[in-house]
Amino acid sequence: MTVHPILAALRRHKVAAFLIVLQIALTLAIVANAMFIIGQRIERMDRPTGLDESGLIRILQQWPGAPSGDDVGNIEQLDALQRTDLDTLRGLPDVLDVAASTSIPLLSGYTTGDITLNADQKGLSVHAAYYYGDQHMRPTLGLHLIAGRDFAASEIRHGRAHADSPVIIVSKPVADKLFPNGNALGQAVYQDGKPSTIVGIVERLQTPRRADSNWAYNSVLEPLRQDDAYMSYVMRARPGREQAAMSEARKALFAVNPMRLMPEPWAGIHAFSEIRAKAYRSDRGMALLMSVICVILLCVTAAGIVGLTSFWVGQRTRQIGVRRALGARKIDILRYFQIENLLIAGGGAAIGALLAFGLNEWLMTHYEMTRLPVLYVAIGVLAMLALGQAAVLVPARRASNVPPVVATRSV
Amino acid sequence: MFGYYLELAVRSLRRSPGLTALMILSIGFGVAASMTTYSVFRGLSGDPIPWKSSRLFVPQIDSWGSGERFHDEPPDALDYADAMALMRQHRAARQSAIYAISPSAMPTGTSRNRSPIMLDGYAVYSEFFPMLDVPFHYGHGWSADDDVNELPLAVISDKLNRQVFGDGSSVGKTIDIDNHDYRIVGVTRDWNPQPRFFDVEGGYYSIDGPDLFLSFRHSVAINMINAGWDGCRKGTSDPQGDFVGLQNSDCVWIAYMAELDDVAAVQRYRQYLDDYASDQQKAGRFRWAPNNRLRDVPAFLDYEHVVPSDTKVSLLVAQGLLIVCLVNTVGLLLAKFLRRSGEIAVRRALGASRTAIYAQFLTEAGVIGVGGGILGLLFTVMGVLSVDQVLPASYAVLARIDPSLLLLTLLLAMTATLLAGVYPTYRASRVQPAWQLKAP
Repeated sequence: MTVHPILAALRRHKVAAFLIVLQIALTLAIVANAMFIIGQRIERMDRPTGLDESGLIRILQQWPGAPSGDDVGNIEQLDALQRTDLDTLRGLPDVLDVAASTSIPLLSGYTTGDITLNADQKGLSVHAAYYYGDQHMRPTLGLHLIAGRDFAASEIRHGRAHADSPVIIVSKPVADKLFPNGNALGQAVYQDGKPSTIVGIVERLQTPRRADSNWAYNSVLEPLRQDDAYMSYVMRARPGREQAAMSEARKALFAVNPMRLMPEPWAGIHAFSEIRAKAYRSDRGMALLMSVICVILLCVTAAGIVGLTSFWVGQRTRQIGVRRALGARKIDILRYFQIENLLIAGGGAAIGALLAFGLNEWLMTHYEMTRLPVLYVAIGVLAMLALGQAAVLVPARRASNVPPVVATRSV
Repeated sequence: MFGYYLELAVRSLRRSPGLTALMILSIGFGVAASMTTYSVFRGLSGDPIPWKSSRLFVPQIDSWGSGERFHDEPPDALDYADAMALMRQHRAARQSAIYAISPSAMPTGTSRNRSPIMLDGYAVYSEFFPMLDVPFHYGHGWSADDDVNELPLAVISDKLNRQVFGDGSSVGKTIDIDNHDYRIVGVTRDWNPQPRFFDVEGGYYSIDGPDLFLSFRHSVAINMINAGWDGCRKGTSDPQGDFVGLQNSDCVWIAYMAELDDVAAVQRYRQYLDDYASDQQKAGRFRWAPNNRLRDVPAFLDYEHVVPSDTKVSLLVAQGLLIVCLVNTVGLLLAKFLRRSGEIAVRRALGASRTAIYAQFLTEAGVIGVGGGILGLLFTVMGVLSVDQVLPASYAVLARIDPSLLLLTLLLAMTATLLAGVYPTYRASRVQPAWQLKAP
């Protein structure tokens, strides 16, 4: 079948054809970008933390009226409270291990610094987040130690958190960036100008920062129990005993010292699964919203194609009858409308692909958005063509069923 | 005549219920998606202090130098030295340095609370209250002299007043905050501007308003630590927890607000900031030329990207959906109207003017608009009620259903559908009676 008669016929329905082309183009532009946003969010939500997440619990609390300042007596007083808490938690039947740990991935409260090879901080510098905690922190978090050793109990200091520990454990990306030859273990580095030695390397540990960044996995473990008005512990429950461990912990902590605060929602005792759900709530929401909009868009556009093609078929009933009377087979009529739709959808998709890149460009200049991969647009184009073919099927069938006798009837 | 057209429209729409339903659904979905995302956007992008925001300014001073900064702008907040210098020199009509505190209200023999209450508060200067028009239920703020004398005075919220003292005024009573006694001088009314534009984080959203205000100088004197954000120059370490260290560092952690009542005052203040920075340069503290900013509250919130970009992108995508729905409606109306060319021809031949055809078909579009509007209203209400499923709670509470939102929904649906109806109606009015009547 030649395309020429189809184009000639379309020329007589310029506006209607233009409307479908426009609708398909806009739908493609929006759907491609929305799918890209969904893809990005899913990718972000799938990022591993490096933790053994199941059974992990975090406790954050405040000692109201705790003294501030660097007075040694105050610090010792706070440290005694902390050690009592840790011992109490360690004694609970459903708790496997417990550690002091200032932060946890996905929480967004964090401190950072720069690790360098020289004391003058010139040259190679790696930005990283600091996790302060005791010798139980690495095993409790379930981090995979790939080289070196854990902190010894004797290496744990306590007091205000400063990144000046003589020994540190770093995540693999930090080690690799500082020592591309893979010999990071045992090397001397400087944290904000203060000397330290790498004694261990963990495979992966995400920073507490949720946003994407080029240092998302640059983490450093510091052997220091932070004594502050805010105290934070991590706890590993026996398998399947997470809820029990949480309620035991709450009861035990308030029994040992009731003068503590756990104001929800940001403090309290939370399973890591809750922390994860909360951290990605808006990402999940955005993905959900974009999915709903995509579904509505595709339905509306499909329905629009059905509606307009039906109108066309209705208008051309007589012409179809004439063609049938002149010897066209049913399949010819069906093909006619299918090819016509392919042309329209193809035109719409071509314009839509350009629009999709244009919209992405605009989003990139105004919002945090990265370049739209061609794959999304290619999938979008195929989806539009498939949608067009599916939508045209019903009216095209109806057209092919027009009997030749219609040609001889009036109206 | 309108009644007749209405009857015609309803009759016509009933003839093709599928197509009619499709158009109404399309308008309904498009409008609801736009209005739901708009309600979130409206809630988050509102001006927290509309009557005064253009007279409130946030000074930013480049205390880090270009090589040390993370981007080209000066830091978002002030360090202690600059904030104190600006307060001392006192060049604006009103001004206050501000930092976040988070002490606890401790239980006492006479208080109603039996356990400590963690507070969300700020250390501020006396001019903070009149400058931001903080509403008082009882009492008032403190005086400039009280600032100087570092007196232990407190302004508390209505909510904290009820929690600790029950009903009635607590002005003149004493409250125990982190084991220090404070005399209450004022109780605010429910005050929770959104976003919290005077916070060092450059504005964020919070379900509850601040509970407590203490005097800045007193808070620093008793070492009440900064509970808000702090940012340090690249390559320097954060003093964390060491409050005196923080004051001596060039880390920024103090929010600052100045009231400047006219253009001349703004100009003078800009000049003053530049002079201040060049004095610092001369003194050797800054080794770079003055690079300051003075933005009013709306400009500062915009600069800080307070409204999450997701909100704006969602609104944009939803508007795109509405446009597609409208294009769809144009096509369907066109099909629907032109299918009735014969009917139009008969009406025209019997003497109906083009205007009459216009009126008839726009009425039909209007009926669809009303249908779409009602459906859109329903979906919008459902949408706004379910935003808490997809948004953090502090955002979700700001998306409200109010009469203006409902009215806007209906108006949008009507306008959009009538607009969509213009071209199909024009085509309908151009139908040539002779051609149609001649045709077999």
